[in-house]
Amino acid sequence: MREITYRQALNEALAEELERDPNVFLMGEEVGEYQGAYKVSHGLLERFGPRRIIDTPISENGFAGLGVGAAMVGLRPIIEFMTFSFSLVAFDQVVNNAPNMFTMSGGQFNIPITFRGPNGPAHQLGATHSHATENFYASVPGLKVCAPATPRDAKGLLKTAVRDNNPVLVLEAELLYSSKGMVEPPDEDLLIPLGKAETKREGSDVSIICYSQTVPLALKVASQLEEEDISAEIVDLRSIKPLDEKAVFDSVAKTHRVVIVEQDHPFCGVGAEICYRIQKHIFDELDAPIIRVSQEDVPMPYNERLEQAVLPNADKLIAAVKQVCYA
Amino acid sequence: MQPVEQRDEVEMLSLMLLIRRFEERASQQYQAQKIGGFCHLYIGQEAVVTGAVAAVRDDDYIITAYRDHAHALARGTSANACMAELFGKETGCSRGLGGSMHFFDKQHHMYGGHAIVAAHVPLAVGLAFAIKYRSEDRVTLCFFGDGAINQGSFHEALNLAALYELPIVFICENNLFAMGTSVKRSTSLKQIVDRAEGYDIPGEIVDGMNFREVRDKVAEVVDSIRKEPHPAFLEARTYRYRGHSMSDPASYRTKDELEKYRLDDPITRLRAQLTREGKLTNEQFDRLDKQAKETVLAAVEFAEQSPQPPLDKLYDYTYADGAVEAGVPAASESRKAGSPANLQESAAGTAAATEKKA
Repeated sequence: MREITYRQALNEALAEELERDPNVFLMGEEVGEYQGAYKVSHGLLERFGPRRIIDTPISENGFAGLGVGAAMVGLRPIIEFMTFSFSLVAFDQVVNNAPNMFTMSGGQFNIPITFRGPNGPAHQLGATHSHATENFYASVPGLKVCAPATPRDAKGLLKTAVRDNNPVLVLEAELLYSSKGMVEPPDEDLLIPLGKAETKREGSDVSIICYSQTVPLALKVASQLEEEDISAEIVDLRSIKPLDEKAVFDSVAKTHRVVIVEQDHPFCGVGAEICYRIQKHIFDELDAPIIRVSQEDVPMPYNERLEQAVLPNADKLIAAVKQVCYA
Repeated sequence: MQPVEQRDEVEMLSLMLLIRRFEERASQQYQAQKIGGFCHLYIGQEAVVTGAVAAVRDDDYIITAYRDHAHALARGTSANACMAELFGKETGCSRGLGGSMHFFDKQHHMYGGHAIVAAHVPLAVGLAFAIKYRSEDRVTLCFFGDGAINQGSFHEALNLAALYELPIVFICENNLFAMGTSVKRSTSLKQIVDRAEGYDIPGEIVDGMNFREVRDKVAEVVDSIRKEPHPAFLEARTYRYRGHSMSDPASYRTKDELEKYRLDDPITRLRAQLTREGKLTNEQFDRLDKQAKETVLAAVEFAEQSPQPPLDKLYDYTYADGAVEAGVPAASESRKAGSPANLQESAAGTAAATEKKA
C-alpha cells in the first residue's frame, strides 16, 4: 500500500484499463492535450495517443451519443463529463439511449459504457455547476451509479465500471480530487465490486449512512462525537445503484439509530429510498425515527455563507445524530 | 476491399413490394387492434431504403429513426420477426420489447429503430467511429427524416463526423413533413442538403422515388468513403402516402399533392423501367406481388400464433449478465413484494384485452 491522491487513483485506473483492453478509449472535453480539466487524464494522451484519448468539442449530447453507438458494436468507451452538471445537456443519451438499448433490442445490444466526471457541489460555482445528479440517474433502470469517497474506492470502482457490460456512472467529486489515501500498488489489479458498501468506521450507538463527499464529513463528525461518548458507525455506500441494502440493515440492526447524510436534494433524494427500505424491512430494529441531512431544497446560491447553509455540514450532522440518540 | 455484390433489380422490386404489402397489412392489423402503441408506415418511400441497401455490403451498418419496418425488412429481417414485433410477441425482432419504433437486428447489422427524433444520429456517428477505430472498411448508413435536421443532436453529430472524418452517409428521407409540419414551416434553409455544407460535408440531392438513382448515388458515395473515410450527406426527396402515424389523417396536405406523388410511385417506376427493358413481364410482376402478399399473410399468422414474452423474464433484459438482479435488492424486493400477484393480475388484464380485441 502507498498513499496517493484520489486524482492519481483515477488516473491509474484509466491507464490500467486502457492498457489491458484495446477496446477501451477515453473521450471528452479537454481530456487530451489539456491533460484533463481536473488533470485526471494527465499523461494519457502521451502514453496512448490520439486514437484512444480523444478531445471533443463542447458537445455533450454528441459525444455521449457517439459513445453509446460505439458501445453497440463492442467498444468500451469512457466518456468524461467535465462535470455531471454538463451531463444534463446529454440527458437524452444517458437516460434514453444508454440504459434502454438492452431492453428495447430484446437483449441484442448491451451498452458497456462508463460515464465519469465530478459530481455534486464544489465551491461557490453557483446553481448551474453544482448539481448532485445521483438521485436522477439512480432512478433509471438500466443504469448503475457509484460515488466513491476514497482514492482506493475511486480506483477500484472505476476499473470495475469499465469492465461492466452495462452503462455505469462513476460520480467523482471535485473537492476530493486532491485528498489522499492508501491504495494497493499498481501491479495489483484492484477491483471493487459495484453494490458493495464499506463500513469506514465501526460504532455502536448510531449508523451514519453516507457516500462521496459526505464520507469525510461523517468521519470527522464521528471523531467529534466520540469525545461526547457517542459511538458512530460510518457506512459508506460507495454504490448508489446497486444499493448494498444488507450492509445498511446490518448496521442498523447493530445501532438501532440512523442518520443519512447525502449531498443531493431532499425531495426524492437517495436517502428517501434508503429510509423506505429500512422501515419496510427492519422497522422493529429502529429506536428512533430516521433523520436525513441533505442539501436545502433550493438552487445553489453563489454567496459563500449561503452556500454553506445549503450544504450538509458538521453542525447539522451532529444535531441530527443527537436527535436520533435523544442526547 | 470486399466488393459490393450487385443486387438483382427484380429482386429489389420484390423487396419493395414486400415492404408495401407489409405496411398495408400492418395498417389493417393496427386497426384491428392487434398492434398497439404508435405505428408509422413507410408507404411511398420504398425506393430510398431499398436503393441504399442495394448499394452496400451486408456487413455495413444501418440505423434509422422510428419509421423503421422497411429498414429491417430491407436488411433481411424476416417479415415474420417484424410482424411478431408489432404484435409484441416473443418471436419479434426485439422480442416484443421494442415495438414498432424499436426494431433491432444484430445479425443483419440493423442498429435500430430509434424513436426520439435525431437522438440516433450521434449513435450512428459512434458506429462509424468504431469502424474507423478498428481500421475496417465498413460504412454506416444513417437514415432520418426532415424533422431531425433542426435538433441539436443532429448538428452535434454532423460536426463530430466531419471533425473525425468518419465513414458515414447521412441519408435524409425528406418526405416534406415532420409529423404535420411542412419543411417550409420548420427549416430556415431553402433546401435541406445545405445543412451539410455548414459542416464541410459533401451533399447531394437524389430523387427518392427512383430506386436506381438512389442506389447509384449511394454506391458512388460509399465507394469514395471506403477509399478514404469521410462523411457524406444525401437528401432523398420522397413522399409518404399515409399520415405521420396511424392516428393522423394528414389533413394538412391536399389530395392533389398526394395524387401527384402517387403518379410517381417508386414501385410503378421501377416496374416500368424493367418492363421497358424486357427484364420483367406483367405475369412476373403479378407473381412477385402475390408472393409478397402471401409472405405477409403468413407473417400475420405467425405473429398471431407466437407466444407472449413470458412474465417471469421481465427482469432479464434490464442489465446484461443479469448481474444487477442478483445484487440489487430493489428488483428482488419488488419481485418478492408485489410482483407475482400484480403480474398475474396484469397478465389477466392483458389476456382480457386481447380477448376483447379479438
